[in-house]
Amino acid sequence: MNKLNLSQDNIEKARQYAEIIAQDTQDFIENYTTVSVERTVCRLLGIDGVNDIDIPYPNIVVDYVQKHGDLSKGISRYMASLVKLTGASPHKISRDIEQGLIRLHRVELVNDDEILPLLHPYIDTSLNIIKEMRSKRETKINALQDKNRPLLYVIVATGNIYEDVTQAQAAARNGADVIAVIRTTGQSLLDYVPYGPTTEGFGGTYATQENFKIMREALDDVGEELNKYIMLVNYASGLCMPEIAAMGAMERLDMMLNDSLYGVLFRDINIKRTLIDQYFSRVIHAYAGIIINTGEDNYLTTSDAYEEAHTVLASQFINEQFALKAQMKSSLQGLGHAFEMDPELENGFLYELAQAEMAREIFPDAPLKYMPPTKYMTGNIFKGYAQNTLFNVVTSATRQRIHLLGMLTEAVHTPFMSDRYLAIENAKYIENNMKNLFDEMTFKTDGIIQNRAKHVLTEATMLLKEIKDKTLFTAIEKGTFAGIKRSRDGGKGLPGVILKADDYVNPILDQMIASLKEER
Amino acid sequence: MGYDMSDKNFDKTLDVTRLKPYGDTINDGKVQLSFTLPLSNDELGEEAAKQMAQKMGLDNPLVVASETLSPAFTYYVVYGETNASVDLTQIRVEKAEHTSLTMQDIDQLILDHFNRHLVVVGASTGTDAHTVGIDAIMNMKGFAGHYGLERYEHIDAYNLGSQVDNNTLIKRATELQADVILVSQTVTQKDVHIKNLVEFIELLEAENLREDFLVIVGGPRISHKLAKELGFDAGFGPKKYANDVASYFVETLIKQHKR
Repeated sequence: MNKLNLSQDNIEKARQYAEIIAQDTQDFIENYTTVSVERTVCRLLGIDGVNDIDIPYPNIVVDYVQKHGDLSKGISRYMASLVKLTGASPHKISRDIEQGLIRLHRVELVNDDEILPLLHPYIDTSLNIIKEMRSKRETKINALQDKNRPLLYVIVATGNIYEDVTQAQAAARNGADVIAVIRTTGQSLLDYVPYGPTTEGFGGTYATQENFKIMREALDDVGEELNKYIMLVNYASGLCMPEIAAMGAMERLDMMLNDSLYGVLFRDINIKRTLIDQYFSRVIHAYAGIIINTGEDNYLTTSDAYEEAHTVLASQFINEQFALKAQMKSSLQGLGHAFEMDPELENGFLYELAQAEMAREIFPDAPLKYMPPTKYMTGNIFKGYAQNTLFNVVTSATRQRIHLLGMLTEAVHTPFMSDRYLAIENAKYIENNMKNLFDEMTFKTDGIIQNRAKHVLTEATMLLKEIKDKTLFTAIEKGTFAGIKRSRDGGKGLPGVILKADDYVNPILDQMIASLKEER
Repeated sequence: MGYDMSDKNFDKTLDVTRLKPYGDTINDGKVQLSFTLPLSNDELGEEAAKQMAQKMGLDNPLVVASETLSPAFTYYVVYGETNASVDLTQIRVEKAEHTSLTMQDIDQLILDHFNRHLVVVGASTGTDAHTVGIDAIMNMKGFAGHYGLERYEHIDAYNLGSQVDNNTLIKRATELQADVILVSQTVTQKDVHIKNLVEFIELLEAENLREDFLVIVGGPRISHKLAKELGFDAGFGPKKYANDVASYFVETLIKQHKR
């Protein structure tokens, strides 16, 4: 596929710069852990539930060790030692800690070679669940999913998981392939994951393991009825990024929004914290076969989509390398971009088409996530419907894989059931009616479209070189993405970042990486 | 459907005391609406939709589309003629009193009347994660060709971003000795924005700071009337840009300044 006549040298160069940027960052990441990484380990050792005042046990355990022990050695070392001492499971030990029955200073820490034998039954239980979920998904997708057309992706956001089920099933029956349950506003800033089914949320529904389970079952049911596999999406982002990744892996979520830079820029989460969290969560996603969605599209809600297009491409290159560092293959990298140019822009459609095709050609194996117009949706629903139609044409023509449907009532309210129906109908109409149009088309050499793509690639390559020279941290401090500046020691969650001790261990992470390397 | 061949036996002169919607003839009262009923898509559902429209005051309702959303939900598009009318002479609209000046005029006014820059602090508050509204007013680039307050030479604009809690906003505004506080509420659910806006005013009053600032709220669901009811100085809804907001606060501050 080379309709745009893009310079392969330039693409190669951009990739090399991005690799250096990611490696620099990775060198930093490897030296640290976070409270959320350690809580994730707890969850994967089978610690779950909340106490009488709704504090999750993973938080209780990690907070306890942070206060009375040395978390820089890794929660796994403590858990292994406590398992050896008590003969009980990590789950039971978490209850004993909560009850004040454990005196940590009396506990003798075990040696490296004792840890795995002590923990492997618990680790295996979780990893087997995840592997089972992965193979179940793969079987269903191989049998039921059309690999050649965009997956129609809609959101539900009622705040009530049971109402979400009604909306999600209706959308599936209309033709949606993917359902994302939007999280309640502000969840990204919680330093714990709420527990149980929830019916109250603002602008979305709490991400809890029980809510995941409820929606998974509902989508499996409606999938059975339709003889399709309906994919489920949530958000492994914010301060509990890797914990939610682990929960999603166990409950067979199929995609996760997972992008540090989004949290840094738009939620003011500390960049060190979230990059460390992102690494573990991407390893989990890779291991579980979950497609990640990155958040580049959001840059364009504050920056101009025409002038700043290269920042999206540069960020995609970086996100690709971060994913590769986490042993994630291309087919799981749902790199994000968007159709967000001002509708008043002359030839805007041509530029959008050029950029969408450019992303497709540069990342041929990635299931690109393409976002609809939001910034210039005004409440004139009829104009909005027309804007969404043009967006759908670009998506369909350039074979974006994850087709996030625009709602005509964007900027008015969270979608009504009928809004979703109209969006799906529009997308299906175009996908069918223009199915092979693009196969019939070539672009004029050095015409508007080819030149636009060339220009964006050149600018992105220059930007990546600049970031490489000054590091990602500095680039973000200078406001390179979305025009937002974030300092490396600012934002939320920094106190949860811990320098690893020399004897730090995380056998679950090690095991996942070993297994992923073997796969490749 | 098709061509409307019916006799139009009604008065076709415009009467502002009995104003009606316009389809293609004065006083025809034509409206379009759409809604979903939790019913299957059949004759019974269609009749229910029709009666629903009648109860909403529509004569001759015509259900032009009924689409199945789910076995138990159907979406209807309905046209009809409303029997309601409004008396324009009895309507009073409250809007923020200001002339719409340009950025240059506003800068000049500040230069003429104040020997310092005006300080404006803004944020999208409470649980609202959307920055679209506050960015449109404050960011350098502005929106739809209207530059944001950051571009104004004689205004110091501080955009605190989204999900800022009311206390933080008040604290920053006090630290920066702000003249104006802008509060944005973009997408909210179940009227949570009202509660949050009320809390903001209550906090200001509790700390005896209400008179220290002009406080302005903006957002797609905000009207000047609502803003006044909630205790704000002014409110700006859709299609208002940085220069509208700035015109209002500069003119108001000049008046206060003179007093």
